[in-house]
Amino acid sequence: MLTDNKVISSLRKAYGETLVELGKENPAIVVLDADLSGSTQTSQFAKAFPDRFFNMGIAEQDAIGTAAGLASTGKIAFISTFAVFASGRAWDQVRCSVAYPSYNVKIVATHGGITVGEDGASHQALEDISLMRSLPGMTVIVPADSVETRAVIKYVAANKGPYYVRVARPNLPEVFDADKYKFNLKAKVLVEGTDLTIATYGETVVEALKCAKMLKEKGISAEVINVPVIKPLDEKTILESARKTGAVLAVENHSIIGGLGSSICELLGENQPLPVKRVGMQDRFGESGRDTELMKEFGLVAEKFIDDALKLINKKI
Amino acid sequence: MTDIKKLNESDLKDLSAQASRLRINCVKMIHNAASGHIGGALSAIDLILVLYKKIINHYCQWDCDPEWGKRDRFVLSKGHASSALYSVLAECGYFEEEELMTFRKLGSRLQGHPCCLPGVEIPSGSLGQGLSVANGIALSLKLDKNPAKVFVMLGDGENQEGQVWEAAMSSAHYKLDNVIAIIDRNRLQIDGNTEDVMALEPLADKWRAFGWEVLEIDGHDLQQIYGAYQQAATKNRPVAIIANTVKGKGVSFMENNAKWHGIPPKDEEFIKAVEELKEKC
Repeated sequence: MLTDNKVISSLRKAYGETLVELGKENPAIVVLDADLSGSTQTSQFAKAFPDRFFNMGIAEQDAIGTAAGLASTGKIAFISTFAVFASGRAWDQVRCSVAYPSYNVKIVATHGGITVGEDGASHQALEDISLMRSLPGMTVIVPADSVETRAVIKYVAANKGPYYVRVARPNLPEVFDADKYKFNLKAKVLVEGTDLTIATYGETVVEALKCAKMLKEKGISAEVINVPVIKPLDEKTILESARKTGAVLAVENHSIIGGLGSSICELLGENQPLPVKRVGMQDRFGESGRDTELMKEFGLVAEKFIDDALKLINKKI
Repeated sequence: MTDIKKLNESDLKDLSAQASRLRINCVKMIHNAASGHIGGALSAIDLILVLYKKIINHYCQWDCDPEWGKRDRFVLSKGHASSALYSVLAECGYFEEEELMTFRKLGSRLQGHPCCLPGVEIPSGSLGQGLSVANGIALSLKLDKNPAKVFVMLGDGENQEGQVWEAAMSSAHYKLDNVIAIIDRNRLQIDGNTEDVMALEPLADKWRAFGWEVLEIDGHDLQQIYGAYQQAATKNRPVAIIANTVKGKGVSFMENNAKWHGIPPKDEEFIKAVEELKEKC
């Protein structure tokens, strides 16, 4: 399933192309954006199907409500903007008008996490997974590359109910082989190991794979799990791995509060108390900088979180 | 312009008596639940009743009716007037009248604020969201070349929510002539007079400036309500009907008193309210 990570591609472009593909197959698909269609790549759909595309202007609350109305009449409504606005600015609209009636609204939010980069803290959604995960019935998915993005978008279009999908801004290495990759709600063990579990999603999957290689050179066997679906969490796969290795390093481009790390702490705390280390933004806002610089600065690269992994192994019961 | 029909004497008499009977139901529901929002239900009920009885096509069979997709939609954005909506829905046969007495009770379909039961198009309660959702429904109807209309009722205080104006801009931008907003202008909100809490006037000018056609009526004059709904349907852009109403209408001691926004009547007040309303049935 894994590649050599040499091909770099855009997740957002993959999203836009997949929307066009879906739009051809299904006339019920409509797309909304809030003045960011170039950035989110919904502009591709707008060009192909102008009648089924609605630019709502810089008005995210209205955009979410309008998507809910379209969905209430049987449309499959995709709504895109930056993650910080989709999850934060319009949270109550997502809660009351989308999640409560469980409408068929697919919130595909781009520019999540610290890798928004130069725009700085105001635009870096580091809380979106936490905000969306707390809503009953909301499925929360973060693809790791363009291959996974295409599969996820097709999946959410085909399955009823509200979904929140976070799509990264930067172009990323293709981790998965497009011919072999299949998406479902399960977590996937990418590398098997016995000493430590590294659970992650999105941009840090490739870093986790790198970290496992570095650990191997030190004689440590790390298991790497890709958890694209943060909710509903694949408890079985994570518990099995944790029981086998005895420790979990959770790595994410998100606050350590409320994301995958928190989810795993909740799961293990209730079922199998084991040492966990949450790698992510340490309850602080981001800042401006290049995406790659920021990943290093905040400890989201293999060279940095390998130290967390080594410390964690020493804590094993 | 198409001819605007008038209610005949017998219709007027029937509707007026029905309105009083439904007001009694609202008072009973809220007294029985020992909670609820009576003032804004009594101000809204004439508007909702005329809409359901005389204007919109609706089908009580919920979605098993083959004509269901063609129904006109009503969205109660001021969800706290739920008792008024439920009373009208029961009157129209969506469910048995006795179910009204489960209002706000554990296990009831009649939640404090509306959601998910036959006749309720969308959930509401968090103010400011209904017009956006109505716009979404209206866009979808247009895509499907469905001639149905979308009526959405907002509270006047609700106009203080920023999202209302985002949505008002969208309705005009997308030329949604199938959207009709009804603004229950009872001039009171929980903390007092709207003009003291957060001034809305000139309200009609604001809606006009956003590209809407505005009609102003007495929201308790059944003839005017009926006329305005018909007139609204003939316009080539979204229409806001500003309905001047009286909060607590029909019960002397509740009228024009902000105190009655969200408290239930005590036993003796309940008896007095029902007595007053019975005289009008």
